[in-house]
Amino acid sequence: MAEPRSIDIKEQPGFRSIAVICLLVLYVPVLILMIFSLNSGSLVTHWEGVTLGWYGSALRNEEFHNAARNTLIISISATIISTVCATLAAIGMTRVKPWRGLAAAFMVINLPLMVPEIITAVATLSFFALIAGTFGLNFGIGNLILAHTVFCIPFAYMPIRARLEDMDLTLEYAAADLYATPWKAFKRITLPLLVPGIMSGAALAFIVSFDDFTITQLVAGPGQTTLPLYIWNQIRRPMTPEINAISTILLLVSILFVSVSFLIARRRAK
Amino acid sequence: MGIALKKRVAAPQLPSRPAYGDNQTGTHLPPRAGSLNGVIVPEQPGKNAIEVRGVRKVFGTGENQVAALDTVSVSIRENEFFTLLGPSGCGKTTLLRLIAGFDFPSAGEIMLHGQDIAPLPPFKRPVNTVFQSYALFPHMTVAQNIGFGLEMLGKPKGEIEARVAQMLKLVKMEALKARRTSQISGGQQQRVALARALAPQPKVLLLDEPLSALDYKLRKEMQIELKRLQHETGITFIFVTHDQEEALTMSDRIAVMSAGKILQVGTPRDIYDRPAERFVADFIGETNFLAGTVVSKKPGVATVKFDSNATVAAGYPEGFDPTGEVTLVVRPEHADLVPDPAKGTIAGTLSNIVYFGTDTHYHVRLDGGENFIVRHQNSRSSPVTYETGAEVGIQFEEGAARVLKD
Ligand SMILES: Nc1ncnc2c1ncn2[C@@H]1O[C@H](COP(=O)(O)OP(=O)(O)OP(=O)(O)O)[C@@H](O)[C@H]1O
Ligand SMILES: [Mg+2]
Repeated sequence: MAEPRSIDIKEQPGFRSIAVICLLVLYVPVLILMIFSLNSGSLVTHWEGVTLGWYGSALRNEEFHNAARNTLIISISATIISTVCATLAAIGMTRVKPWRGLAAAFMVINLPLMVPEIITAVATLSFFALIAGTFGLNFGIGNLILAHTVFCIPFAYMPIRARLEDMDLTLEYAAADLYATPWKAFKRITLPLLVPGIMSGAALAFIVSFDDFTITQLVAGPGQTTLPLYIWNQIRRPMTPEINAISTILLLVSILFVSVSFLIARRRAK
Repeated sequence: MGIALKKRVAAPQLPSRPAYGDNQTGTHLPPRAGSLNGVIVPEQPGKNAIEVRGVRKVFGTGENQVAALDTVSVSIRENEFFTLLGPSGCGKTTLLRLIAGFDFPSAGEIMLHGQDIAPLPPFKRPVNTVFQSYALFPHMTVAQNIGFGLEMLGKPKGEIEARVAQMLKLVKMEALKARRTSQISGGQQQRVALARALAPQPKVLLLDEPLSALDYKLRKEMQIELKRLQHETGITFIFVTHDQEEALTMSDRIAVMSAGKILQVGTPRDIYDRPAERFVADFIGETNFLAGTVVSKKPGVATVKFDSNATVAAGYPEGFDPTGEVTLVVRPEHADLVPDPAKGTIAGTLSNIVYFGTDTHYHVRLDGGENFIVRHQNSRSSPVTYETGAEVGIQFEEGAARVLKD
């Protein structure tokens, strides 16, 4: 602590102005969007006065309800399934003897991060079309859950694996030394210490699924409109500040979710 | 000493027999159980608690291969305070890990009470470890950490609580029992690690430098505590340290290790007075080395001639045949100065005198060019005083000189 840092980034010329510009570019549009959700006029570009009316009409909007319900069903299912898969995968890839194909498995798990999303989307669409055509199988909203689960796995996997790799292996030896069977050692030592990693993995997976557009747009069948799709459909018509209200609600839900999981993770890490 | 004695009286008494297979404690036990919750208990304990036979441990493959243990064989007796002493990286932790079962020997076998423990996973070995890095569970309190082993053994709640209380008292951690282990100091963590390993009353306790983080006073106190505990519980201690003084004061026997090998096993006296190899002599205490040539030998004693033509009778290690050029070892306190160079076994010039209060070190530059240190215990009536630059003789005590193997 006492030793002086040779380079303090904050002292570098231009650092402050660049930082301020970045923050402005990032947040001013969002801020404007939020402000116009309170606009009493019916245009999203012309300010007239303050009202909460658009929130009222959004919350009474049947289509919005359906989209929100679909989104939650898909996101929550995909989050749970992908987090469980990612946890098992992370344990299987850090806590067992190195096995053949370990590197390949790692690649496969992380592939969705590297493949352009539109390609995954087209591939997924053709895949579901194929099994629907060949076997007459259609899982309804299950199709979307499956597709989301797959691309959520790498996002859930990374923080969990990082946490497992950081964890002191000696703790697991100590548990075994104190007569804990492998299962007990996992339940009493590894899992509790892994919770922060699992929480952040789940939070990431949820956010990624919650606002996915490309894959959902291609895979979604009739009546499977999610919130991002709903917003997309709305902005192709004459826009009213109701869309701003809906976007703001979405944003607040995301922020709330991330904050809660962050707080939990920090509590457990202590 | 006064403090230490008082603490000995105040310390809780542990039953003098380990609880494994003790029929009074576990009503659900079959009468002559061979196992308690899968933990194997020897029916007829042999004389040796642990026997390590020709154990090798190789890490890495091909070019990067390192033999952390190179064909180590050693027997550790029951109820023994056995110390592994050696410099960093010599394989002490590796040997403990093999005994605890966290790793497997590349070759050789390890017997626990005459039984090969290779098939037993670590959670079935009646062996507990105090880890070098403590390895306390960070999400549990001090008390939960200490009770963990008993809990895993399926002991009744009341028994666990009683034992945890006893252990807390033993390591003087009662006040902090509800703390998370991440919220206590390094020395306190070490004490909790010790209590946690002792709580299940193992047959053999493996201690990997358990006192290294303690300050001098606490360290001395814990040394006495550990000795007393070992004596009272009858638990075999395998104690790792790289502190030679700690090894000498605490151990029944010491194994000196270097680069994956055990060089010598013996009582502290054996190791100190009769080191077999240069490394052992050098690692433990201060030592003088002298070159000489064997001119004749009788069983156990060789006559060695120096360049100055003086000769000395020197013992040599068992099973070793000294011939030709050899190295002799002489401890500084086993030699004394004489004012007349002609009266000494060897002679030289006093180059430096260092006064330490209890004793004085005389640095002598020998006529052959080597340095030799003589340690003289100070007393009120030291008859002669020496001056730097004086010509002096050095006289060896009877049996002071020993021939080394290398
Ligand atoms: N998992 C491992 N992989 C490769 N090499 C290892 C491994 N564990 C130990 N070694 C090597 O084996 C040798 C012995 O290590 P060990 O930990 O037993 O030393 P030590 O005597 O306990 O030392 P210290 O006093 O520093 O704790 C060292 O050279 C070390 O680098
Ligand atoms: Mg070590």
